[in-house]
Amino acid sequence: MTEIPGSSRNISFAIVGTGGAGAITAGSLLLEAAGKAGWYGLLTRSVGPQIRGGEAAALVRLSTASAACMSKEFDILVAIDWKNADRFIGAMPVAPGGLVICDPEAGPPPRAVREADCTLIECPIGELAKSVQGGRENMIATGLVAQLIGMPMDELSAVVLEMLKSKGEAAQQASLACLRIGAEAAAAFGQSRPLAAPRPHDSKRWLITGNEAIGLGAMRGGVRFAAAYPITPATEVLEYLAPALAATGGALVQAEDELASINMIIGASFGGRPSITATSGPGLSLMMESLGLAAASETPLVVIDVMRVGPSTGIATKSEQSDLNIAVYGFHGDAPHVVVAPLSVSDCVLCGQWAMHLAETLQTPVIVLSDQSIGQARVLIDRPADVTFLTRRKPFVATGEPYQRYAITADGVSPMAIPGQPGGQYTAEGLTHTERGSPSSARVDQHAQMVKRHGKIENFDFGDYWGVDEGDGASDTVILTWGSLTGAAREAIDSLSEEGIPARLIALRQISPFPGERLKALLAGTRRLLIVEQSFSGQFHRHARAHIDLPGEVRLLNREGPYNIGPEEIVAAIREWRAQ
Amino acid sequence: MNVPNLKASSFKSDITPIWCPGCGDFHVLLSVTKALAELGRAPEDIAVISGIGCSSRIPAYTACYGFHGVHGRSLAVAAGLKVARPDLTVMAMSGDGDGFSIGGNHFLHACRRNVDMTYIVMDNRVYGMTKGQPSPTTESDWDSALSPGGTGLRSFHPLVIALASGANFVAREFSGDIKGCTRTIVEAVRHPGFSFVEILSPCVTFRPDEKAWKDQVHVASVPETDDPARAARRIMTDDGMNTGILYRGPRAPYHASVSDREVDLAPLERAFEI
Ligand SMILES: Cc1ncc(C[n+]2csc(CCOP(=O)(O)OP(=O)(O)O)c2C)c(N)n1
Ligand code: SF4
Repeated sequence: MTEIPGSSRNISFAIVGTGGAGAITAGSLLLEAAGKAGWYGLLTRSVGPQIRGGEAAALVRLSTASAACMSKEFDILVAIDWKNADRFIGAMPVAPGGLVICDPEAGPPPRAVREADCTLIECPIGELAKSVQGGRENMIATGLVAQLIGMPMDELSAVVLEMLKSKGEAAQQASLACLRIGAEAAAAFGQSRPLAAPRPHDSKRWLITGNEAIGLGAMRGGVRFAAAYPITPATEVLEYLAPALAATGGALVQAEDELASINMIIGASFGGRPSITATSGPGLSLMMESLGLAAASETPLVVIDVMRVGPSTGIATKSEQSDLNIAVYGFHGDAPHVVVAPLSVSDCVLCGQWAMHLAETLQTPVIVLSDQSIGQARVLIDRPADVTFLTRRKPFVATGEPYQRYAITADGVSPMAIPGQPGGQYTAEGLTHTERGSPSSARVDQHAQMVKRHGKIENFDFGDYWGVDEGDGASDTVILTWGSLTGAAREAIDSLSEEGIPARLIALRQISPFPGERLKALLAGTRRLLIVEQSFSGQFHRHARAHIDLPGEVRLLNREGPYNIGPEEIVAAIREWRAQ
Repeated sequence: MNVPNLKASSFKSDITPIWCPGCGDFHVLLSVTKALAELGRAPEDIAVISGIGCSSRIPAYTACYGFHGVHGRSLAVAAGLKVARPDLTVMAMSGDGDGFSIGGNHFLHACRRNVDMTYIVMDNRVYGMTKGQPSPTTESDWDSALSPGGTGLRSFHPLVIALASGANFVAREFSGDIKGCTRTIVEAVRHPGFSFVEILSPCVTFRPDEKAWKDQVHVASVPETDDPARAARRIMTDDGMNTGILYRGPRAPYHASVSDREVDLAPLERAFEI
């Protein structure tokens, strides 16, 4: 492909319509076709609280380089209809000079759109669809967008044919006709927003959500058993694992509640099978007591928490980073465990695998803090690299001596017998216990086991997986963040560097135990430290402060959901700070 | 693996129970070990899972693998273990508070799910470990510090609930009847699917009145049935002291389990390629 004059490296568009209108399908088709053509991109859905038939919007960003977060503003907005659009249109502002395409029959656009600095184009989407027998409005919309951004029709047609394979020839042809008609209509607008040509690539791109990616990571990490209780926005992790486990000789059991799901995985793991469950804040709250049991009985397991807006039921479909406190500090008693967080959708694969590795190696519960913004984002990525961990539970070998399940060892990890092994019989215990596992209320036992469990985690070498240190390493301006906001922060330091403002990004994957010493060393000499997080009370900021003295002047860019902090806000905060 | 020459003592650990002298749970432990000897599987192939309470202390007193978990969740731990390790014999053991109050929801769903395991509840109609509060099976007028004059609540009928929820094997025994308990536990373990055995096990400390149970229990005068409606009618109309296997059903056990198969992830990875 040759470079198109006036093309951009990033194009964002939104397609809106009521639930049944197929806006999400339209966005998904365009995303997949973009992947086939060699672009990167991501899609997030904005859906109303109504279960079916409410408003829905597909927000899509396509780009020539990997795209970590949604744009703040949209170059193109296509409305199949405007029903209830005023309720959510604020989440997808049109960029200055952007294009808004809507059907005059669908009524007037909401105020936010009428008042925006954009070009409004009327297009009879409904009528065009009706001109084809079996034609659908969302396919017209797909054709419109494809034409405006310069999407090759061959790739798009192939994706549409594949999607409608089971619907028969007539449906396929009707959709292709709609694509063509939509494209022709757009060609007559005298407007376009072309996307720059993709960079040459030789490997096939992956299309995956964060929730699928974390499930795949767990599969790479050797998971064999899962227990499940559905909850938005984590359900897709479980729905990914159900067939994946069934196809590979593992099993997933649907539990009656989260109290059961956490205890089922405790049982399965006790039986020697690496085990996992996934949930969100309300479910994690219910699991707390049994997570403590897993810590005390030294039972390996992984809990994926796909965070949503809290407290209580909050906003189930929107993102927040506000479960840090409960994940790190929610256990009663002193119960050392591990908390990690993926930095992007692609990183979900690594984190899922790493979490299984840490749980098995350290015989401890591991909580993975993903969130809705990456869990439910569908992205185009390069295949996540293979990583090899030498994962194994320290095995029990019968010696004839009485077996001590909780033996004190140099690294704090004790050999773990698996039911069926002769001579390894023991009772896993949540009561304070002796090295053998017998209940005890003696001070010496409480102390010895406390020190052992604490030490095995504190003294473990987490290696280079603690997080990332990117951008200008010499800069004394540092953005410190964790988990999913890393994507926005990465884009922020790129933009700052284009403006000639050097900045450095440090993002943590390892949340607990807190990599304090490492961070202290990295931050030495920092003059401006901007902490970025999606929680009202600044949970991450307090967590960091609890472990180290932060250097230089510290500022906090934080807020609760449902609006994600974007790169522009981070850039603005740094720019403003430097100007003072 | 079946092992010859197993005795009840092969299944007993050297840990001394914390139970009060005369507690019915001693007899339950004896019956369980006798039943395991009769079943003939090696101690390492058996897992005993419990929650919290006096009765829930039992796993460590056996020579099997055991899990002493949190209050009320033994059935969930046991179900996870059995699905993950279908080769093991899995037994969950509870008290009436653990099993029917805090763990009540798991009880319903364990009956429905029908995972192949055995559930023994040592019912003493009181919270023993926390020193004498009423449980769901306690009589409504039983006086206690926490509920002076009694709870005024109708007591819970575990056997009927089990039947209604789909349990595949339902029995009642009295801890003092070692022979009856042993026989029923053997049958329960052998029966495919979820088997529920309620063992009336006196708490001599907080319910000394239960010492009279030994004179009140009687073996069911009619043979066991595979008709749940009939079983329910009998259980609802008897005096609550009827012992024996009361229902044995034909339902197929829970289907899923984990295998030792070699895992090939390549097809899963390819599914994401476009
Ligand atoms: C979550 C929780 N709540 C309360 C307790 C306190 N507790 C310990 S044992 C018990 C009741 C035990 O009664 P039951 O199950 O009938 O067993 P028993 O002691 O009579 O054998 C309670 C309420 C606890 N351990 N955990
Ligand atoms: S308190 Fe009751 S149930 Fe507990 S050990 Fe003593 S007699 Fe047994």
